[in-house]
Amino acid sequence: MSVLRSMDKLPDLNRATVLLVSTEDALLQQLAESMLKDDCASELRVHLANSLPLPSNVNRPRIDLIVFVINLHSKYSLQKVEEFLQHVDSSFFLGKVCFLVTGAGQESHCSVHQNTVIKLAHTYRSPLLLCDLQVESFRAAMARRLVRILQICAGHVPGVSALNLMSLLRSPENPPSKEL
Amino acid sequence: MKENVAEFLRRTILKIPLSEMKSILEAWDFLSEDQLQTINLKQRKDYLAQEVILLCEDKRASLDDVVLLDIVYTQFHRHQKLWNVFQMSKEPGEDVDLFDMEQFQSSFKRILQRALKNVTVSFRVYEKDSVWIRVAWGTQYSQPNQYKPTFVVYYPQTPYAFISSCHLKNTVPLLHQALKVASKHHQIVHLDLRSRHLDSLKAIVFREYNQTCENYSSTTSLQEASLSMCLDSKITHENTEEKVRVHRVTQETFGTYPQPQLEFAQYKLETKFKSNIGGGLLADRKEPFRCLVKFSSPHLLEALKSLAPAGIADAPLSPLLTCIPSKKMNYFKIRDK
Repeated sequence: MSVLRSMDKLPDLNRATVLLVSTEDALLQQLAESMLKDDCASELRVHLANSLPLPSNVNRPRIDLIVFVINLHSKYSLQKVEEFLQHVDSSFFLGKVCFLVTGAGQESHCSVHQNTVIKLAHTYRSPLLLCDLQVESFRAAMARRLVRILQICAGHVPGVSALNLMSLLRSPENPPSKEL
Repeated sequence: MKENVAEFLRRTILKIPLSEMKSILEAWDFLSEDQLQTINLKQRKDYLAQEVILLCEDKRASLDDVVLLDIVYTQFHRHQKLWNVFQMSKEPGEDVDLFDMEQFQSSFKRILQRALKNVTVSFRVYEKDSVWIRVAWGTQYSQPNQYKPTFVVYYPQTPYAFISSCHLKNTVPLLHQALKVASKHHQIVHLDLRSRHLDSLKAIVFREYNQTCENYSSTTSLQEASLSMCLDSKITHENTEEKVRVHRVTQETFGTYPQPQLEFAQYKLETKFKSNIGGGLLADRKEPFRCLVKFSSPHLLEALKSLAPAGIADAPLSPLLTCIPSKKMNYFKIRDK
């Protein structure tokens, strides 16, 4: 139980493990399947969680990347993610966490404003990815992107580190605000 | 056949979709088999209506016959009406009378006609256990309006009746009176239960929906659910235990059977402001807070059932949401006790 740490286990050979966290079960399942369809040199493992902290009675490999999926249509999904974040060790936020936001396409259904999630991602200094996961082609593209990020986070891409990538992902048009 | 009757017949025929024309006319049971054979169902509806009117004129159809066709049409399209549920009760200690359909019909008709004079009341016994009553309202001085009737579905020997929404508010008490007296009850109350699906309402009030699989063991379906999760060895579900719990809780509250179909639920809140932090502007308010929450869905109860498994809400759901079938209500008022 308790806090999830990034470096408390040794990595397995050529294996990259991602943890997808969201209350939206169906979306996670679809996203996981799309990620596994993408062929890459590393051996992918996808863990799906509906809540954090994770149960402690299982032996799981080292987690290289955590993706929090937030559905803008459901305030509940945002609230829960905010709760879950407290169970993540700060070392993860050095590039091994990203927020994936879905549902922005149908604006009339949104109950969470985009600015809220932008702020959340900024507070945790982590990249924010936007994608309508309901559309299959978008989901496939996002899955490919996540796989690349995962490979970098797992250290399978020579010359780029997770921290390195994070600073590249920070977009220039919204510079860190004054409170920094 | 009078002109207005012919016109009423024409309009009724025009309402019927061509695909159902044959079965509705057969269920009407006014025209003979041979006559039905002669009708060309592949022509324009105008001509078809004309053909039916001619056949009915030969048979000297009266208003009552045409009204029966309207009842048959409504029975086919019962989901187009909004149905209200009424529960009647007897005085304590009163004997259960044997139900006499003839007597019920004549006394129902007599009460309405005595009060309004101009009113068309027709009956059709349906599937042996219910009687459909159609009332077309008129006044002392005007003929009944056949185009805006009220329908009542009554299940003899039970205290329940279903009444379609009525546009004439002043006739409602009269209708209740007639129903109450004719079925020998003393009181009639409106249950806060409304839906377009008459069959689902019936299932709820007679508690028909959970009889079939009361003893159904849920372990098999649970195993199936967890099996389907582990098909891909590369995907690991971290919260399987939690999922099994949510599944079990959902099954305990909703059961494994398909839910009766309702389209909406409404919650009206009228309560005083309460706070632990004490005082403040809001606590001094004498007026209660008013708030109205409406849920609507093509299939509300199934939607509620899938909330927790889909991860949209915590399990178990609030009892306010799950008590709809057991309380026989979908319109709630929440007040301070």
